[in-house]
Amino acid sequence: MSPIQEKGMSLIVKTVTKLTVGFILLYGVYVALTGHLSPGGGFAGGVIVALAFIHVMLAFGKEVALRRLRSQTLRVSIGVSALIFLYIVMAGFSGRSIFNCEITIPICEMAIVGFGLFAIFTALVLLSKTDKDAE
Amino acid sequence: MQLVPYLIIVPLVAAFLIPIAGKRMKDIPPVLAACASFTLAILSCLIAAAVITCKVAVYKVGNWPPPAGISMVADSLSCLVLVTVNTVAFLVAVYSIDYMKKYTDTWKFYALFSLMLAGINGVLVAGDIFNLYVFLEIAAIAGYFLVAFGVEAESLEAAFKYAVMGAVASVFIFLGIGFLYSYTSTLNMADMAAFMTMNNSPELVVFVSVLFLMGFGLKAALVPFHSWLPYAHSQAPAPVSAMLSGVSIKVLGIYALARIFFNVFGFSHAISSILITLAVLSMLVGGLLAFGQTDIKRLFAYSSISQIGYIALGLGVGTPLAIFGALFHLVNHSIFKSLLFLNSGSIEEISGTRDLGRISGIISKEPVTGYTNLIAAFSICGMPPLGGFWSKLIIILACIQANRPVLAFIAAIVSILTLAYYFRALTPALFGKEKGEGGSGQKAGWAMAIPMVVLAVLAIAGALLIVPSSANGAHILLKDAASVLTNGKNYAMMIMGAM
Repeated sequence: MSPIQEKGMSLIVKTVTKLTVGFILLYGVYVALTGHLSPGGGFAGGVIVALAFIHVMLAFGKEVALRRLRSQTLRVSIGVSALIFLYIVMAGFSGRSIFNCEITIPICEMAIVGFGLFAIFTALVLLSKTDKDAE
Repeated sequence: MQLVPYLIIVPLVAAFLIPIAGKRMKDIPPVLAACASFTLAILSCLIAAAVITCKVAVYKVGNWPPPAGISMVADSLSCLVLVTVNTVAFLVAVYSIDYMKKYTDTWKFYALFSLMLAGINGVLVAGDIFNLYVFLEIAAIAGYFLVAFGVEAESLEAAFKYAVMGAVASVFIFLGIGFLYSYTSTLNMADMAAFMTMNNSPELVVFVSVLFLMGFGLKAALVPFHSWLPYAHSQAPAPVSAMLSGVSIKVLGIYALARIFFNVFGFSHAISSILITLAVLSMLVGGLLAFGQTDIKRLFAYSSISQIGYIALGLGVGTPLAIFGALFHLVNHSIFKSLLFLNSGSIEEISGTRDLGRISGIISKEPVTGYTNLIAAFSICGMPPLGGFWSKLIIILACIQANRPVLAFIAAIVSILTLAYYFRALTPALFGKEKGEGGSGQKAGWAMAIPMVVLAVLAIAGALLIVPSSANGAHILLKDAASVLTNGKNYAMMIMGAM
């Protein structure tokens, strides 16, 4: 067995994780997509998507999770979602029709809250240096 | 005024684009930060030019009428500080292009720098008190991380102290805002001021004043609350020290204090005497403690405390002339203190140390740093033709005019004290015989030299601000800014009139 497979939890947890991670991701994306209609909004969606990766981290160890998701990706998604957020702010400022389009606003809302929260949450948990695995 | 929100949007765009450019493209973050701060400098000049004629520019966010909606207000006082802040920030950003090369992960520095600039500009244009608090926190939190940027033991310790003290200050301010909201049921500052004029202020307002004095006093580093400043300002990288000392303590501390106490609460005798006491303490304690310092940046940091005392003294005396002097000194101090801190960075590079005992012969080693440092030191000591002399003179004259000769005497004594400690510290460092030990002996590149020269020119040109002439826009702006504070609660009428 390779050293990566030795890390993490037991075979049972790993197998269950493999089976469920896809569903968790899908559910997270669903909650984020319908964020503008449901209470809590895209916030919960971002957290659920982040939890999928944290699930992988708990079961397989940090290295596997980090191989799926690089810190550059997180940085870019934080930056992009913050920029979309600014775009919405400017939409409020200008009040023009192309900004106030009824479709763009929910999509943007979903994007910022979903992406941003996912990235921040994951960055906080996954990239924390206090973990022993980071050595 | 359509331009006002861009003061916050532009630095935020830069702050979020920089992480995307990230590590791969090393040249992009410094250029982005410099471009953003340059745009801000131009924008603030344009807004100031408009405000000179129309007195106040109000922007209603989303076209919701205040007090229900959020408003952004750029009056003469905001514009005066905006122009100063953004000019200094642009020069500091250019300086850091060269200076920050010795650090790793510099994109983080530029992202935080832009974020801090967004926070500071936000505080200056905030029309309601809660937005003021939010932007103040953005600037302060970016500041904590910037202080720790060196990640050495001392800088982490300094950042931790700054963060803890800053958090305590924020809690006081937040609590004060909460109480104030419960009393006035509005967050808009103009509306709040109108409410205060119509109703007698109960004891709650006194309590809130004390909370704000502690909170903003801590951000401004007035003396009983100053203990974080010497650590934070001396351990940060030079451009950050220049931003913190030159800009941050004035905007987050003095500007916010003045705005709330003069324009919202209305200036009272009690606040005047408290401000004067704190100011005299700051001037004396900062000045005396600066004497014992062996670290050049700690010396500059203590001198910041002392000079902030002058500004607070002018505000505390509260006559139109004194307020004019205080704001004039605020502008001057922003310029020459950021110049001194930029100099300290370049001196540290030349001689490899910040220990005053081991720095020597800077003028012969590197004339640009040496002479600009000399000009800044002359200005802060109050040498006659330079800006610092006129602002201190006006504050002293205002004290005499207000029939407070003791204060005038103390201000004059502290001015001599300033001269003494700068003379003692900088004479050997600038003119002393070259010891030729340590350090890279590396000369500052153009990106470091040009900002220092420009700031030195501005420190000399600062004196022009008192020339009364209809062509002198800066003087008109300064006078208008002083009258915004002297008019006190008429601020409410002014804002309502502009809407």
